[in-house]
Amino acid sequence: MSIPKNYRWRKFVDQVMRGSTVVATGCAVIPLIAIIGYVLTLGGSALSTQFFTDVYQPPNMAQAAADGSTPAFDPNDPFAGIGVPDDGTAPADGTALESDVYAGGPVGGVLHGIIGTLIITGMGLLFALPIGIFAGIYLSEYRNERYATIVRFCCDVLSGSPSIVAGVVIYILVVIQSQQFSAIAGSLALMILMVPIVTRTTEEMLKLVPESMREAARGLGAPTWYSTFTVIIPAALPGIVTGVMLAFARGAGETAPLILTVLGSNVISTNLFAPMASLPLVAYRYTESPYPGENTLAWGAAFVLMMLVLVMNILVRVATRRRAGASR
Amino acid sequence: MSSMTISQLAPFYGSRQAVKAVDMQVATQEITAIIGPSGCGKSTVLRCLNRMHETILGASATGTVLLDDEDIYAPGIDATLIRRRVGMVFQQPVAFRTRNIYENVAAGLRLQGMSRKAELDQSVEEALRSAVLWDEVKDVLSKPGTALSGGQQQRLAIARALAIKPDVLLLDEPCSALDPIATANIEELLVQLKTTLTIVIVTHSMQQAARISDQTAVFMVDTTSGNPIGELVEKSSTTNVFTNPSDPRTESYISGRVG
Repeated sequence: MSIPKNYRWRKFVDQVMRGSTVVATGCAVIPLIAIIGYVLTLGGSALSTQFFTDVYQPPNMAQAAADGSTPAFDPNDPFAGIGVPDDGTAPADGTALESDVYAGGPVGGVLHGIIGTLIITGMGLLFALPIGIFAGIYLSEYRNERYATIVRFCCDVLSGSPSIVAGVVIYILVVIQSQQFSAIAGSLALMILMVPIVTRTTEEMLKLVPESMREAARGLGAPTWYSTFTVIIPAALPGIVTGVMLAFARGAGETAPLILTVLGSNVISTNLFAPMASLPLVAYRYTESPYPGENTLAWGAAFVLMMLVLVMNILVRVATRRRAGASR
Repeated sequence: MSSMTISQLAPFYGSRQAVKAVDMQVATQEITAIIGPSGCGKSTVLRCLNRMHETILGASATGTVLLDDEDIYAPGIDATLIRRRVGMVFQQPVAFRTRNIYENVAAGLRLQGMSRKAELDQSVEEALRSAVLWDEVKDVLSKPGTALSGGQQQRLAIARALAIKPDVLLLDEPCSALDPIATANIEELLVQLKTTLTIVIVTHSMQQAARISDQTAVFMVDTTSGNPIGELVEKSSTTNVFTNPSDPRTESYISGRVG
């Protein structure tokens, strides 16, 4: 066998290409690992039992709770309780700030955020489920091809559009109309983002059910709605659940639409028609805060949120794997 | 048990006619086999007999099909009700996923509103016995239907079709996905069933038609007009078709010269 011309050159090109793909993959993964690592370090240190059982406390309240003193609130002294000298000035060398200022201690927990996120996202999902699932059923089982193409296209555009748009729309349609930021407005905004995900996954999963099963059900004299609900959907259920979980994960992580709709809150609120706390909003607000304790709270909230989404994704994986195993 | 009288039945896909108008009689207590080369429209015609044809996008049919003396293509007739009287078994064995063996057979019964346990139990057992599957599955009724072998799944599909006590049973190449032993089982079963049921079977295998059927309809593809279209060339007793075919096309088909 003779060595072809250009053999070494081709080998070289092959190695360059392979090298580039490895480097590119690394570039894609590094930011992900960096973010996870960073949030883990900063957010992980905020974690304690109290972090999950307490709500937010303002720094001076937290300080008072920590050393047993009465929380100071003096309208004439805005710096009371947070350790800044009464005249509001800090020593020139800055040392007093280190020791005196209530600086790095905890400011309560994010229980309010966890509860809020679960309520807002859960309710958004509740709104999105019937619409998404029925739309998915239509696209897969009843379609009129021309109308279905339009619906499908709209879904794809919607799932690709920036989430702030959903926030603005609900802000104009609901928040301004009702003159009230509210959890329900946030859920509606999240619904807009979840519907396309649920619709498309439902459609795809239903389409994976073999046509022969529809035929068999039809052959028994089953009307389409009957076979859809008793034969086709049960067969596709694990896949549909996957889509629903993905939609939940997407909704739970959304921040922009919530800023315009639920506003946020520092207490546990279960009133659907009032502002409510949520994890991404806690992270957003307290990242901007001057108090290190609140910054830590923000990191902690980000961490919990990431874990929530991660757990969701793992559950999805487990569910899909089980389905793959069952269909064999 | 019902007879079927097919007259001037012409199936269409969109505006294309798939088979030249068919006139044919399907008698009770007999197995009628439909044979012919691929693309001759034999499955299409079969699917017209319980209005399954029209469930394909764009498909339609003209003509009349009398089930006893009722035209199933008459306006105002609900196709789903026809399909309960004219059951169907398909080429690929279908066990409903997520349902166990019992529930697979009970599917059609539940659809018709039967819900009392004793009644269901009895009908399911009866159907499984008629499909000669009872002895093999009676201890594993709660196992998923998909756990059965291909041949068993096909008999499960037959049991499911029989459970709702149809008058006619249509089978679309029920053995083409099965091994010879499973095929023999199904054939034996069909011969048993014909005493209480009208059976129409589409088959690729001339031997199968010769073994089990009483009447045979031969379909061929006519390509003379440039547009291939199926047509019924001969319908007669199976013995006649195989020993003394009246149409030369039948003769060349069964002797293996075409198709």
